[in-house]
Amino acid sequence: MKNLFKKLLALVALVAAFNVFAAANLEVNTPAVNAIKTSMQQRHGQLAGYYASGAVGLTMDGMVALRDPGAVPLAARQSVNALVAAENQDREALYAEIANANAHPEWQAEIRNTFAQRWIQRAQRGWWVMSNNGWVQKY
Amino acid sequence: MKKIWMALPLIVLSACVTINIYFPAAAAEKAADKIIEEVWQTQHADKPADKPADKPADKPADKPEVKETK
Repeated sequence: MKNLFKKLLALVALVAAFNVFAAANLEVNTPAVNAIKTSMQQRHGQLAGYYASGAVGLTMDGMVALRDPGAVPLAARQSVNALVAAENQDREALYAEIANANAHPEWQAEIRNTFAQRWIQRAQRGWWVMSNNGWVQKY
Repeated sequence: MKKIWMALPLIVLSACVTINIYFPAAAAEKAADKIIEEVWQTQHADKPADKPADKPADKPADKPEVKETK
């Protein structure tokens, strides 16, 4: 009986360990994350031109920022500001949502940092990204 | 044999704690890349484009799937 109990305990521990191993993979496939992703995907069609013109750049904290208002025609300035604000809102929500989906809200800062590096790393040639020395253009 | 059954849960549980506390940086990077790829709809914006895609065999298999549409 005691032996059986021990075996059972071992089994439980194994299952628990398996779950935790699964958690070492970051869960990003939740309805909320997918919704944010879709929203950002759609917005990217409008933002891409501003990245290319240098009007909007990528910051080191995983956000986007209006870099050069002069590169935007006066008539479009308001809409660019709105785009940037909406994009940042989505990004903030994305980082928070991934952290929550993995039951580790405290990971949000690290997730944001990871994204920040990857956004900048993967930015297209000609886009502007923030560095420790200020804005630089990706080549 | 009995000892193994006693030690196993302890080992496994201690492993749990270690894994659970730390942020899975590698997994996060992979997840970020996948999401960025989908949002920007790019494949390798970060890779130099000087090499034509004629060497599919030299990529290690552990890379996430890179679909070459178009």
